Amino acid sequence: MVKDLCKTTGSMSSSTSLMDNLFQRSLEDLIKGFRLQLLGESAFISRALDEIRREIKVTDPSTKSTALHKLTYLAALHGVDMSWAAFHAVEVVSSSRFQQKRIGYQAITQSFNDQTSVLLLITNQVRKDLNSANKYEKSVGVVLRVFEKYPDAVNVCFKRLVENLQSSDPQILSAVVGLFCELAAKDPTSCLPLAPEFYKILLDSRNNWVLIKVLKIFAKLASIEPRLGKKVAEPICEHMRRSVAKSLVFECIRTVVSSLSDHEAAVKLAVAKIREFLVEDDPNLKYLGLHALSIVSSKHLWAVLENKEAVVKALSDEDPNVKLEALHLLMSMVNEDNVSEMSRILMNYALKSDPVFCNEIISSVLSSCSRDVYEIIVDFDWYLSLLGEMARIPHCQRGEEIEHQMVDIGVRVRDARPQLVRVSCALLIDPALLGNLFLHPILAAAAWVSGEYIEFSKNPYETVEALLQPRTDLLPPSIRAIYIHSAFKLLVFCLKSYLSAEEPTSSSLSQESSFGSSPMNAFTHESILNLVNVMELGLGPLFGTYDVEVQERVKNVLGFIGMIKQEIAEKVNPQDNETEAYRVTAFMDDVFSEELGPVSATAQDKVCVPDGLELKENLRDLEEICGESDSVSYTDKISFSVSKLRIRDEQEASSSSSHPPEGAAAASLLEHRKRHGMYYLTSQKDERNSNGTPSDYPLANELANELSLDSFNPKRKPSKARPVVVKLDEGDESRIAPKAEKNPETVNGDESLSRAIQTALLAKNKGKELEEEESSRIENHESSEKTKRKKKKKKKKNEERSSKDKSRRQGEVASVSEQVIIPDFLL
Amino acid sequence: MIRFILLQNRQGKTRLAKYYVPLEESEKHKVEYEVHRLVVNRDSKFTNFVEFRTHKVIYRRYAGLFFSLCVDITDNELAYLECIHLFVEILDHFFSNVCELDLVFNFHKVYLILDEFILAGELQETSKRAIIERMSELEKLQQ
Repeated sequence: MVKDLCKTTGSMSSSTSLMDNLFQRSLEDLIKGFRLQLLGESAFISRALDEIRREIKVTDPSTKSTALHKLTYLAALHGVDMSWAAFHAVEVVSSSRFQQKRIGYQAITQSFNDQTSVLLLITNQVRKDLNSANKYEKSVGVVLRVFEKYPDAVNVCFKRLVENLQSSDPQILSAVVGLFCELAAKDPTSCLPLAPEFYKILLDSRNNWVLIKVLKIFAKLASIEPRLGKKVAEPICEHMRRSVAKSLVFECIRTVVSSLSDHEAAVKLAVAKIREFLVEDDPNLKYLGLHALSIVSSKHLWAVLENKEAVVKALSDEDPNVKLEALHLLMSMVNEDNVSEMSRILMNYALKSDPVFCNEIISSVLSSCSRDVYEIIVDFDWYLSLLGEMARIPHCQRGEEIEHQMVDIGVRVRDARPQLVRVSCALLIDPALLGNLFLHPILAAAAWVSGEYIEFSKNPYETVEALLQPRTDLLPPSIRAIYIHSAFKLLVFCLKSYLSAEEPTSSSLSQESSFGSSPMNAFTHESILNLVNVMELGLGPLFGTYDVEVQERVKNVLGFIGMIKQEIAEKVNPQDNETEAYRVTAFMDDVFSEELGPVSATAQDKVCVPDGLELKENLRDLEEICGESDSVSYTDKISFSVSKLRIRDEQEASSSSSHPPEGAAAASLLEHRKRHGMYYLTSQKDERNSNGTPSDYPLANELANELSLDSFNPKRKPSKARPVVVKLDEGDESRIAPKAEKNPETVNGDESLSRAIQTALLAKNKGKELEEEESSRIENHESSEKTKRKKKKKKKKNEERSSKDKSRRQGEVASVSEQVIIPDFLL
Repeated sequence: MIRFILLQNRQGKTRLAKYYVPLEESEKHKVEYEVHRLVVNRDSKFTNFVEFRTHKVIYRRYAGLFFSLCVDITDNELAYLECIHLFVEILDHFFSNVCELDLVFNFHKVYLILDEFILAGELQETSKRAIIERMSELEKLQQ
């Protein structure tokens, strides 16, 4: 009746009436009340919270537990923070009524985390419960969490756990096995001694879940102990053959292919099972089959090849997961011989697919072709035309990678340059590509390539026109700058050829280019004049452009033209080496003709820091000076000085440094930077795209190029030989980010956990002797529990020293024994 | 191990959230939102496993509710799919033709059932009969 009363009062009024204060609202009321609130949810919650706060401080345990219960509800489903109630939760847990204990535990599991200070109190409670008869199993799981935080606790509970492995009660067994699964995942070596018990479970158990867990444990153990694999292979195969449960079969397959991949018979059986999975209609099974196949593929490629048709079929499945798996599998099959055929098939798929998958295909083709410095590519001409094709796929968003590869190939593979220039020219001429944002990086690469390897170009005039076409103002300024600079290089080249082409044995003809056969061979006076005019017309309007980089390049070109124009127009005798035009042209040509090679990633480290240069200085003082430019973003059209840009880089990088600013040094550094800004290297390494003048960085070329030429591949078919690919001894850029370093805390945690387990195992091995010792000691009743523990440990230590155990374990056990101090309340 | 279990309806409301890894409140909200978005848009013909950050989410739709389990990459998906089904069967048995409203009003009982058979992210008890017996014992105790 009281309950009914509560219900009505709860859902009726919203003000705190006498009724509300007399009777505590039950959980049901809370929920009902909440659901009835249409709008004022947060107000309702805060009112409820106030109520709960009052109720929970009461000493009556049932009120307290109901309050806690309601709080748990709010926390679980409505995101209310309940960490302030931690202590109350502990109080509730210590009550003797089971129901309340339940509520308490629930609250704890809901709200406790590493920071909860009362965690230690719980440990004690848990231990008490551990020893209680009927609620034992509940605590096993909680114990797992505790283990991870307090490795000492392992000492205490481990023995009981190991006993339980042999227990016949399936509940306990599965709990313990689960625990070991987690432990094995963290540290397999310590669980190795328990392998025989696991083996028994593997053979006897009928419970699929337990079997799956045990299989997982064996997967981890077999990887560190190969003999175990041999023993375990047979029972696993039996399970695979007999079991009806797909989940168990899959786990067996997974174990076999990941850890037992050396056992031929097992692998064959697993592959047969995988095949069955692949032909099922259920997409789940198909996906899992593909997944297992991909694990197998690293060592047993024949398995993948057998199932090739199924994999290709999966490529056109509807589920994106399945498609991705199929794609990865296909890429693992690719090698020298089938790379072109494979790419052809994949490109067709890419054209037909949605944008996401299309880009996936493109990325995977790009990455596998460029692996190990283009190891599988034999025909670079074909590959370059493939890159060009990729640029034209409508959904392509991999512009940066393609750009990188184009430049990379240009720099490393000399013989591929003519084709590269051809492809680039085609890309530059096409006006439709200029509008596509994703293709801009590719166009940048194409422009740079055309400027750098001009001697292979068939028609430089065409290229220049393409570079200066009006639609190029759709390009961002940085790429525009590249275009203009390449046009500059082209101009210089044409002029040079013209000025030195009058002699019959001109140097330009002796070059190994296809230039000799082109009709533009004869650089006539008209054509050169025309070229100069076109450039002037095209670049003139950009003279006053906002972007500084573009402006600088334009002025370079126009300045140069200014120098030579008069003499060219007057048709000065080209043979005269003393003309200014000739001298200037020869000079620029010299500048541009130095070949750029690949730069090692470690090149920067090899540059020694000159004396007196303070790199790690705190540049906070600059904030006043550069303060107003902080609001300007990089991509803003309104540009700022390049040297200021570099200063800001340093500022951002060093703002977290701990060096106090030294006024005078900082100021002189600033001065130095302002004056020599150009010589300070930025953090990016691929400057070679946007900065074609090598005179700025003389050191890089000299120091970094440790060239090792690739050897001629003897397995080649008699047709065209694979061109030479330049590789560096070290520092070939790897585009995969380095693996994050393991968190030092977890590493320490793992170590102490494993040491603790080893201690416990060793203690277990001592077995009967120690148990007797222990019991006798307990009977003797030493002065305090603490010293009792310490003495036990010392006794253990002495025993171990005299035994024949391995010295490693001894050392570790000895140190652990010294360190472990078990707090009073745990005893 | 299981990292968390979520029960969400089609609109995105969470009916049950059990986390076996520590997460801040805001992170929990974010996770619930992301999982819902991930799961609600998938066609019924697609696989029941999706990659989620660095783990996997195994989900199944029952009427208007999505049951999602987030597990480690190395875990056996089919086993956890079975686990979801087991959970649903138990709920069905316990509440006699369970519906969403039952779960809302008896959320503590749902948590109890869940705790009976999953503990600290690991499967503990797999016998439906045993769990039902246990629950009826507990019900008696509560009276």
